[in-house]
Amino acid sequence: MLRTIGVVALVLAASVSHAASPATKVNVFETTTRPGTEGAIDRIVFPKLAAMDLRPALCSDAVFIRRVYLDVLGTLPTSKEAREFIEDKDMRNKRRLLIDRVLEREEFASYWAMKWGDVLRIKAEFPANLWPNAAQAYHRWVYNSLATNKPYDKFVRELLTSCGSNFRVGPVNFYRAIQTRTPEGLAEGVALTLMGSRADAWPAERRAGMAAFFSQIGFKPTAEWKEEVVYWDPYRLAEIPGSAVAGKAALLPPKPEQGAAAAAPAKKPVVLKTPTPLKAVFPDGTEVTIPPDRDPRDVFADWLIRPENPWFAKSIVNRIWAWLLGRGIVHEPDDIRDDNPPVYPALLTYLEQELVKADYDMKAIYRLILNSKTYQATSLLRVKNPKAESHFGSYIVRRLDAEVLIDAINKVTGTTDLYTSAIPEPFTYIPSDMPAVAIADGSITSPFLSLFGRSARATGLMNERATRPMPGQWLHLLNSSHIQRKLESGTWMQTLTQSAKSLDDIIDELYLTILSRFPTQEEMQSIMEYLTHTVAAAESGKGGKAGKGGDSGGKAGKPPVPVGGKYAKPPVPGKYGRPPVAAGKPGKSNLPELSAAQRRDNSIDIAWALINSIEFQYRH
Amino acid sequence: MNQNYDDSTRISRREAICRGVAGAASLAAANYVGSEAYAAAPAATTAKAKSVIQIFLWGGMSHNDTWDPKPESGRSYMGDMTETIESNVSGIRLSGLFPMLAKQADKYSLIRSMTHRNNGHETAAYLMQTGHVPGERVSYPSVGAVFALAKSRTYKGLIPPYVVLTSPQGRFSEEGFLGPKYKPFATGGDPNSQRFEVEGIVARGITDERQKGRRNLLTKLDTLGSSLKFNEQISATQEAKETAYELILGKGKDVFDLSREKPELRDKYGRHTFGQECLVARRLVEAEVPYVTINYPAGWDTHKDHFQAIRRQCPQLDQGLAALLQDLQDRRLLETTVVWCCGEFGRTPKVDYQPPWNGGRGHYGNVFSVLVAGGGFKGGHVVGSSNATGEEPKDRPVYPVDLLGSIYQLAGIDTKGKLPHPMGIDAYVLPEPSERVKSGGLLTEIM
Repeated sequence: MLRTIGVVALVLAASVSHAASPATKVNVFETTTRPGTEGAIDRIVFPKLAAMDLRPALCSDAVFIRRVYLDVLGTLPTSKEAREFIEDKDMRNKRRLLIDRVLEREEFASYWAMKWGDVLRIKAEFPANLWPNAAQAYHRWVYNSLATNKPYDKFVRELLTSCGSNFRVGPVNFYRAIQTRTPEGLAEGVALTLMGSRADAWPAERRAGMAAFFSQIGFKPTAEWKEEVVYWDPYRLAEIPGSAVAGKAALLPPKPEQGAAAAAPAKKPVVLKTPTPLKAVFPDGTEVTIPPDRDPRDVFADWLIRPENPWFAKSIVNRIWAWLLGRGIVHEPDDIRDDNPPVYPALLTYLEQELVKADYDMKAIYRLILNSKTYQATSLLRVKNPKAESHFGSYIVRRLDAEVLIDAINKVTGTTDLYTSAIPEPFTYIPSDMPAVAIADGSITSPFLSLFGRSARATGLMNERATRPMPGQWLHLLNSSHIQRKLESGTWMQTLTQSAKSLDDIIDELYLTILSRFPTQEEMQSIMEYLTHTVAAAESGKGGKAGKGGDSGGKAGKPPVPVGGKYAKPPVPGKYGRPPVAAGKPGKSNLPELSAAQRRDNSIDIAWALINSIEFQYRH
Repeated sequence: MNQNYDDSTRISRREAICRGVAGAASLAAANYVGSEAYAAAPAATTAKAKSVIQIFLWGGMSHNDTWDPKPESGRSYMGDMTETIESNVSGIRLSGLFPMLAKQADKYSLIRSMTHRNNGHETAAYLMQTGHVPGERVSYPSVGAVFALAKSRTYKGLIPPYVVLTSPQGRFSEEGFLGPKYKPFATGGDPNSQRFEVEGIVARGITDERQKGRRNLLTKLDTLGSSLKFNEQISATQEAKETAYELILGKGKDVFDLSREKPELRDKYGRHTFGQECLVARRLVEAEVPYVTINYPAGWDTHKDHFQAIRRQCPQLDQGLAALLQDLQDRRLLETTVVWCCGEFGRTPKVDYQPPWNGGRGHYGNVFSVLVAGGGFKGGHVVGSSNATGEEPKDRPVYPVDLLGSIYQLAGIDTKGKLPHPMGIDAYVLPEPSERVKSGGLLTEIM
């Protein structure tokens, strides 16, 4: 029976050294080759790790394909993709080629539009009111930017300087998504999202100096319901009632408290003040006087988008690093400040230079990081080391994002979920074949997504997702009708268990589909014991309810073969690290024969167990 | 000193004083009464109520046809629904559809002047269960979620602190800004069926035996999970899984197992979904669950065929609720359990005989009735009244903040307590004086 070189080698290596030690459990996740330090990232990181007594092994191919798919595409590899990659003998190049392939896939834009959607706050309602059409337009712009690999400098300039309708010009919604639309509030949003800095901790004068750049943004409604135009408004026309572009502030009736003072409507013609040069201060302290014929946002964008800007490139490479590895080189990834130093300053500088060198091609940074051995490190620690996580001495284990988790469950079971938005009416329903990752608007949701801590898209912070595990989530995954229904009536399970495949092949398929790898010897042994037990239980309970297993094929009268005592013995490791081979069935393990119903129920139980494993639910 | 439910920021003494001043100032404002009127003092030590059972008659139950009968108002108001019944408390009459509750009027009081003048399902449901004005940028948690939060330090039971029987109502997000942790646990299933399948706890078609076998299999196949020894996140999630299993295979599931009750008692509650839900609610309260909401199985939104629906549903409501009150009292649980029962609003007193309604009633928030019992609420009283046709409050209007404020007071929950808002926005259990919500004062006459 052909097995991947990698896995065979591992299992062999393990069974040779310590058949019963915990190490045998571990090796399916790691390779035995020591990681070299060919790349610049590893040359910075690995010597420091060694000094801390951290020498991470490299993750196995099976772990790698799963990790790369989840981290880069937000989806699982199919069983076919996993099998082919594991069995690919081109050990030198296969990881690099896989990285190149995934970076070009369609899911890349979908998944990263979701990650950007969290920090750009793409959500129709609450706490900011983008409105549904605008959320869609905003998402479409982000999606298209990622799909065409728009250089990051261009992406940011469009976010900062666009004018137009919220329904038609996606990036104008950047400002609209910020809850506090004062110049200071907008400046804080810009600092957080594009500089990775929390302006609420800045000195007041620095905040005020930056706010001036955002003091001439106008918002005005149109005759179209919920449409709003964002534009450069040096005359502050948005505040003047009766002006050609009167904004919301001018159209609202005066507040009751101001009633007496503001009661007399201004009948006399409005005299527009000629705009005077605007004084503003860049966050680095440089003062600037902006002539009245320049949009201050352009001036700010010119200052920000430069290779030597101390925040710009740093913020995005740190963000990409944090997205891929679960933690920033500066941590929190959006809290860059002098007293929060990076763990590897040289690494941050290197990535910044590479981004500029690549003309702000974000995929170039993805490619560098994904090809590094630092990224490809194991998630298992041999000894407890408090610095391991902060210094990337092992890959940081983290639960799949709510959207990715439900998509993964749906993918492996062949089912779909319903996503709706309850407000505003009329309710929004999206096509059932759309994965959760591709949902544009944070207001469109499902009970599962809210239970598993999807981002509220309210603050623009990187860590807005609720990641603390709760018993209620386990009740749902272990025992809810939602998940049970997927397992019982999903197309995948039906096709699989009704196929002509042998039980061995079914179990391989379950493992490859759900965990992207082949089962280990110990796991096969556990499954065999489980099957033996359930068959025996069914046999002994057969007195009254004999006909139970007799659906479809059961009539042919192939009674389940009871399993003798020899299988209860400890397994003798076979040549391929499989359970003992039965006579006359070369390459097959000695699994008990099952009736059609037993085959189905037991397959469901195995799939259930794999879906509830840490390995399925966590990136590792 | 005000209670602070927000762990991140404690209110400074100075702030508390400032807020006190603001409260006093708004007291003077005409038409509006400041929050002082409905503010419940934090009195955890003297709290009488340990648990709350809320029976939510969603859709809106008619008050005229039930607990505030107006037989004299004529056919255009009452159709043929003219029969009334004298209760065991002299002076309290109910519609003839409530013979069992009529025998127990000493156990509960009726508010006949509930008002908020809001006729939208979503907004009125939000108003009745949060006390806050709908349509603000902040979406407040419901009273059940606030209980779950306030009791989180003392309630250590296995079952989630805020349980909904059986389906969430879906009109608004009960957890509000408190987030998924405070979402009510909705059981799903039907307690009147052979086996009450509680979502996540008792699964369809999975015997305990198979459940145990699966758990065993999972433990053996969790290869990575058992290898990640030094990972705190994984330890936390494994711990959460153990808790979940205590519900699935341990004592948790027994609370939902009605086969542990005597068949005669189950009969008394009524062999229908609502009756058995009331019985489950009592078992949950026995297990010290702080807040249980029963969303009445069939709604009360009777635009059409109103009288047929009322005649069908009221006998079940009567039976289940009466059995619950009696059973709670028999077990000495009524004194520590608030029971409150109402919809988000009442229904138009004037019957609409035109097609397509053909004898229906619409949404009506101007005045309607609420039943309250236990947990420190006195029985045998009527609070306020409506006018002769049941169209307007006649005296002593009761607003949502008054009802909720009274429940909070009985449970020792500070209505001025600060709630943890994820963005640090100041948010309190009940509205601040500056929000200018209407109030008629706490229900002190029955507390």
